[in-house]
Amino acid sequence: MRSDSTLRVRVWRGGATGAFQPFEVPRHASQTVLDVVTHIQRALDPTLAYRFACRVGMCGSCAMTVNGVPRWTCRTHVDKVYKDALEIAPLRNLPVIRDLVTDMREFFDKWAKAKGSFEGGRTRRDGFAVVSSENKKRKEVDAAIECIGCAVCYSACDVVAANPDYLGPAALNRAWTLVRDERDVKGLDRLRAIAGDAGCHSCHTHMSCTEHCPKQLSPTAGIAGLKRAVFSSVLRGNL
Amino acid sequence: MSVRAQTLLWVAQRASAAVLALCVMVHLATMIYAIRGGLSAAEILSRTRGSVGWLVFYTVFVIAVTVHAPIGLRSVLLEWGRWRGASRDIFLLGLAMLLAWLGMRAVLGVFL
Repeated sequence: MRSDSTLRVRVWRGGATGAFQPFEVPRHASQTVLDVVTHIQRALDPTLAYRFACRVGMCGSCAMTVNGVPRWTCRTHVDKVYKDALEIAPLRNLPVIRDLVTDMREFFDKWAKAKGSFEGGRTRRDGFAVVSSENKKRKEVDAAIECIGCAVCYSACDVVAANPDYLGPAALNRAWTLVRDERDVKGLDRLRAIAGDAGCHSCHTHMSCTEHCPKQLSPTAGIAGLKRAVFSSVLRGNL
Repeated sequence: MSVRAQTLLWVAQRASAAVLALCVMVHLATMIYAIRGGLSAAEILSRTRGSVGWLVFYTVFVIAVTVHAPIGLRSVLLEWGRWRGASRDIFLLGLAMLLAWLGMRAVLGVFL
């Protein structure tokens, strides 16, 4: 018999097409949405596909759409999101492989397109680069650096939904941390990669990424910074 | 279109938006002030005919619209219509010319 101790859960089954399958899951104190999914997979239906690793909000693997909102499920308590039911679906804006598992290739390929890897100018024979923690640029990097690559922002972004070429908030946020990194030497190449119709200039500043980022980062602020950096380079004739 | 050109379009749209914000405010305030005692074509023409000040103001207004609207529509066509490439930009260039022609026709219509 259903009671307050039972959760009504609907889980997406299938790929791009499919349907929600209902389950009833025992309710526990301090239960997370990931606990619910894990219970279903271990006790009710072992064919359910989902992805997780660390369970403590570090790896960025377990993001799903919970009651219509993209969230990291390992750090989302059921008490916080449960109303009459819990609807768990894969992340939006990414191809669904099966059930709750999305194909993240496009998401990470865009990090590479945004030149999201550090390029230093020093060799092993040079000393350490000393960057003060009081440095303004370094503080801007610090504010944006804790991204775990969970794709919650990418899933929340309406521009990604409307323009599949758009690099997305996570890749642009990563580019911003490198543009502000004094040790990086690929700044202009990176600005070329992230400007224009597929880059920072497509952002409509809806701020969905900032609203939903589980790490409380603000990709919107980074994207605004990139727009300023690109404009500044155009004025100087570098782009 | 080069990244530099795309960036300049973005800058032009922001700059024209700033001009439009000012123009719209002046236009609305003037309208509200001018129609207090009723509105007639003769009254409007008495203010605008031969007025270089209003000619310059509304010419700037038309230029700002001509720059701003097609660039905004460029994103709308991409995101809602998946229309990209040279054909879209040629269409928008035509739209800009149409806006400029219609706008300046109206401006000169009340100036001359």
